[in-house]
Amino acid sequence: MDKPGFEILPQGVDGMIVRFAQELDEAANRRALSLAHDARQFAGVIEVAPGLASTFVRFDPATTTRAAVVEALHRVAQQGELPVVNGRIWHVPCCFAEPYAPQISEVASLAGITVAQVVAEIAEADLRVLAIGFQPGQPYLGVLPQHWNIPRQSGLTPMVPAGALTVAIRQCVLFAGPSPTGWRMIGRTGFRCFDLGAAQPFALLPGDRLRMVPVGTAEIDGLLGDPMGGARVIA
Amino acid sequence: MIKLVAAGPGISVQDAGRPGYMAQGLSRGGAMDPSALAEAAALLGVWGAAIEMLGGGMTIELTQDGQIALTGGVRRAVLNDQPLGWLAAHPVRAGDRVVIAAGDGAAYLSHRGGILTEPVLGSRSCHGTAGLGQPLSQGMTVPHGPASPSAAVGLPPRHLSGVVRVVAGPQTDDFDQETRDRFFGTTFRRSAKGNRQGVQLEHAGAGFEAAGQLTRVSDFITVGDIQLTGAGIPYVLMAECQTIGGYPRIGTVIEQDLPLIVQAPVSAELRFQMIALQEAEALWQSPAALCRAYGRQVQPLLRDPAQMTDLLSYQLVSGFITGDEEWL
Repeated sequence: MDKPGFEILPQGVDGMIVRFAQELDEAANRRALSLAHDARQFAGVIEVAPGLASTFVRFDPATTTRAAVVEALHRVAQQGELPVVNGRIWHVPCCFAEPYAPQISEVASLAGITVAQVVAEIAEADLRVLAIGFQPGQPYLGVLPQHWNIPRQSGLTPMVPAGALTVAIRQCVLFAGPSPTGWRMIGRTGFRCFDLGAAQPFALLPGDRLRMVPVGTAEIDGLLGDPMGGARVIA
Repeated sequence: MIKLVAAGPGISVQDAGRPGYMAQGLSRGGAMDPSALAEAAALLGVWGAAIEMLGGGMTIELTQDGQIALTGGVRRAVLNDQPLGWLAAHPVRAGDRVVIAAGDGAAYLSHRGGILTEPVLGSRSCHGTAGLGQPLSQGMTVPHGPASPSAAVGLPPRHLSGVVRVVAGPQTDDFDQETRDRFFGTTFRRSAKGNRQGVQLEHAGAGFEAAGQLTRVSDFITVGDIQLTGAGIPYVLMAECQTIGGYPRIGTVIEQDLPLIVQAPVSAELRFQMIALQEAEALWQSPAALCRAYGRQVQPLLRDPAQMTDLLSYQLVSGFITGDEEWL
C-alpha cells in the first residue's frame, strides 16, 4: 500500500483504479467518492467512477500519460477522514414474502438470525448508496453489520428480475434490470433505478439512503406497474 | 434509406459508444470490434456509426445512390448478382440489393453518408443490456446521409492470428503463481456462448480460482478483462459488460488483440500471454492513428466483372470464410 492507505493499480492500457481498502469500509467509500469528484478535473481524464472502496480513472493516452495522471491522483488521494455525504432519503416498498424472497431462509441461516429478523434488520437499516454500477443506475447499498458478511454464491442464480433486492458481503444490491447473479434474493420492489423516459433517468446518487418498507405480496403486485414501484423521496 | 429486407440475429447500429457514464453504471458499449470502424473510416474518408452483424447476416435494399463499406469479420457478400469484396467500399445505386451471409464474429456495414439514427445519451449505439436503442430486424429502415457513388476501394486482408496479449490488472495477484502459470499455459477454445457482454472460453481441466473470491468487495470492470466465474470459468468481457463485478479478473486483453477473440470462430484455439504494461503502452494507437495507418493501405478496386472472382478470393485469403456458410 502507498501511504496513507491507498494504492494505484493499472487496469488496462488506458485505465487504473485507486484502491482505498480491500474490504468494504465506509471511510474508504467516502474517500473513493471524494477522489472521483477531484479526478474529473484532471486534463486528459475521460472517465471517472467512484466505487465501493476504489475509484476508476480512464485517460486518453493521446493527450496525457499514465505518469501524469498517477501523479495528480497522488496529490489528491492523501486526504484523511472525509464527511459523510447525506443525500435524499427514499422509502421503497419491498415484499419479503414468497414468491419474491426465494433465498431469505438461506440468508437467515448464513447470517445466524431468523427470517423475521432479516426483514426487521433490513427495514430498520439506513441503506446508503455506496456506489452505482454493474448495470445502469443500480445501487450497491450498505453497510450492514458484520453478521451480514455472507459470501456470494459460487454458482449463479440464472435470473433475478428488475427490482430484486439481493444481499452479500454486508451489502444489498437492488437490481436495475433482470440479470444472472451470485447474490441471494430476499425481496422484491417495483423501483426502477434506470428509466430513460424519466426526467432523471438515473434515479439514485451516491449518498442517497433507502429505507425498505415491508409490504405484502398483493401490494407489491399492485406496485410493479408503477414507474417508481411506490418509492418516494421523503427528505 | 437502408431497408432491411431480411435480418438475422445480432444486428444493431454501433458507433464508439458512450464513454463517461461509468459512474452511473452504464458501460461504454459501442462496436465489439472498434478497429472495424477505423477500417470503414479509412475506406470512406469519414467516421460514422455502422450496422454491426454479430453472427447473423442480412439482406438490404438501398433507396439512394451512395457508397457502402464492408469491414470487420469477413463475410460472403453479393451486390445484386455480383460478389462483393470484403474490407472494401463499393458504390451502390438506388434499388441495389446487398446480401451478406451469416458467419462467425462481428461484421460491419457502413455508409459514406453516415448512419443517422437518432442518438440516445450521445450515441447511436444500441446497448441491449441497458435497453438503449433496439436491435435491427426485418422490415426496419436505417436512415443515412447523402453520398455520391464513389469508386470502389479496398484494404489488404487482416492478419488475425497469434497469441492474445494481456496486461496485469488489480486482481491478477489474487491468483497464485501456479494458477497464473496454468492459465497462460492453457490452450482455450472459443465457446459458442458469446454475446456483446462477453465471450466464454472453454478448456480441459480444473477451473481457475482466486483467493477469497466469494467475499472480496466488488470492483470495476473494463472491456477486455478476463473474468473467472465462481466455478473458475473464464469470460473475456466485451463492449456491454457490467461496470462493477465481484468475480476476479486475471488480467485485461489489450485493445489491439480483442479482435482475435471477437472474430474467432466457435471452437477456434486461443492462447494468452502476459506482457508488460510498458510494452502494451508502446503498442497503443489512437483510433485516429489507426485510421491513418489503414488509410495508407487503401487501394482502388476495379469493378471489372472479369476480375471479380480473383478479387473475391484475394479478399478471403486470411479470413475465416470456408465457403459453406449458411445464408442468414
